Amino acid sequence: MTISTKTSNYTHPSGAGGLSTEKVIIAEQLTKKFGNFTAVDNISFEVERGEIFGFLGANGAGKTTAMRMLCGLSIPTSGKGTVAGFDIGVQTELVKKNIGYMSQKFSLYDDLKVWENIELFGGIYGMKDKEIKEKTDELMHILNFENERNKLVGSLPLGFKQKLAFSVSIFHNPQVVFLDEPTGGVDPITRRRFWELIYDATSRGITIFVTTHYMDEAEYCDRVSIMVDGRIEALDSPKNLKKQFEAKNMDDVFQQLARKAKRVDS
Amino acid sequence: MKKIENIDNSDSHLRVRDHSGLKYLLRKEFKQLIRNKFLPKLIFIFPFMVLMVFPWAASYEIKNLNISVVDNDHSTYSKQLTQKIISSNYFRLTNVSPNYGKALKSIEENKSDLILEIPTNFEKDIVNRQGAKVLISSNAVNGMKGGIGMTYLVSIVNDFNVGLMQKLLPIAGINNTLSTIQIDTQYRFNPHLNYRVFMVPALMVMILTLLCGFLPAVSIVFEKELGTMEQINVSPVPKSIFILAKLIPFWVIGFIVITIGFLIAWSIYGLVPAGHFSTIYLFTAIYILAVSGLGIVISNYAATLQQAMFIVFFFMLVYIMMSGLYTPIDSMPEWAKWIAAFNPLKHFMEVMRSVYLKGSNPMQMTKQLFALIGFAVFFNSWAVLSYRKNQ
Repeated sequence: MTISTKTSNYTHPSGAGGLSTEKVIIAEQLTKKFGNFTAVDNISFEVERGEIFGFLGANGAGKTTAMRMLCGLSIPTSGKGTVAGFDIGVQTELVKKNIGYMSQKFSLYDDLKVWENIELFGGIYGMKDKEIKEKTDELMHILNFENERNKLVGSLPLGFKQKLAFSVSIFHNPQVVFLDEPTGGVDPITRRRFWELIYDATSRGITIFVTTHYMDEAEYCDRVSIMVDGRIEALDSPKNLKKQFEAKNMDDVFQQLARKAKRVDS
Repeated sequence: MKKIENIDNSDSHLRVRDHSGLKYLLRKEFKQLIRNKFLPKLIFIFPFMVLMVFPWAASYEIKNLNISVVDNDHSTYSKQLTQKIISSNYFRLTNVSPNYGKALKSIEENKSDLILEIPTNFEKDIVNRQGAKVLISSNAVNGMKGGIGMTYLVSIVNDFNVGLMQKLLPIAGINNTLSTIQIDTQYRFNPHLNYRVFMVPALMVMILTLLCGFLPAVSIVFEKELGTMEQINVSPVPKSIFILAKLIPFWVIGFIVITIGFLIAWSIYGLVPAGHFSTIYLFTAIYILAVSGLGIVISNYAATLQQAMFIVFFFMLVYIMMSGLYTPIDSMPEWAKWIAAFNPLKHFMEVMRSVYLKGSNPMQMTKQLFALIGFAVFFNSWAVLSYRKNQ
């Protein structure tokens, strides 16, 4: 297979490392077991470039475990998968180079300033000083963060931090960004603004893979999968899911499926 | 899982800029270090505390021993002997007991450490040249203190004896009775047996170990607890680069600390190494890598700060006990010497004491040099191997 060493951070040459051109995420019978416990049970799905893919499920359904496998943080027990064209069981470091990740737990450095966090993460993804500086200026302008630039991240309000964490996770222009419950604990207006940033990222060709517990956010996704007890029980666009389950909203769809769960949230 | 055959697993051709992450990670580490409210102060205060307090407190020189005298004779000579003991500065007279039983009681009550019993007819026997006897008993619960106290007291009594002889015997007789073999002792490298000369270089090793071994362990586990470690794990930063970025700041800290140590040793104790500073810096550079590597290994296995602390305490305790800081390795049993051989502290302490006291150069300490290089390579390889970016 030929991979251009450029793997540019700014453009997504079609098939940059890919066996498939448009399928950015492919999961085939992906399974993760911890001892006797099967956290993720044989899941298969595909995500296309530029899509916003919602990954729903009750607590303990296996969402985070599945996401960690796709990010190369956890090696699948069986099954296979590719992300950005790289095997998640074998080429974990190449997967990592081509994705962004924003965890549930806020994970920028509180004791570094806003620009310093951006510089750090830009730098470790291989961006050059000049590139980082230019993009930082641009980002500060877009986010209206010019006054916060020199503040320690720890001193910012949660909504600011989340927007910053998301912007940092896509700063190196990854092919896919994985968001694990990115909007926990903030008000609806802040969440709305956050989703504007997500839409903006898709317009640049970045694929979004997002887990959430907010059903209004599920409505914003192009397609939604719902996990119950480690398995994917439903996968379609919100519109089709509502039709299929004869529900008036996504909340109703989710309730119908999640009620079948036998696992108790640990 | 079967590996997918046709996928190229050698990602070397994509590792074009991998090493550049180091620059950014180092900037991060140094900024975090300087902004920390506690660490920069610790780096300066800790060496002062240790080097200014311990050498005075941790001394084998025994002073202020409490003595209980049982004087059954009540004579001039018995009073002179008691006076001589008190005026020696080593002893403090707790009480003059009427009998041995009472004196023993004061030992049991921890009021005195030694008993000197002067028998009746003490003076008479001396004057009649029948040879007077005194009884010395000491509390050996603390064997060291008891033993040393006993030795001091015996030498004072001997001294008293010699003084009496000179007075009582005719001049001609002195040579006959007192001419014994004279032994000249000479203590090399520390002629005054100054305890601080021996302790200060070893304490510098302790400070380096605590700061450069303990802090890296804490620093990585802290990132695990904050969740920032996961953000690093999901990035393409190579394991060795991340660990190197953690090591280098402690290397710098180590050099600052040892330099502060030199200054304190010189300004307070007037100690300057007999050997070369460059020798110490060379060994320090290798030693810091060894202990920091160990710290990082510990942090890779510990999930929480609490766990990391306990493992660190375990290692520190064993390492300090087996380092020769207080008790010489040479007097340990064979198996204990083997344990000590696997202790980086022991080797570095030997180096520091040799350079400070004897002026040794690296060529005279190749054994320690290779041992420390071995530890540095071993712990750091282990650190890279045990750091897992995925499960």
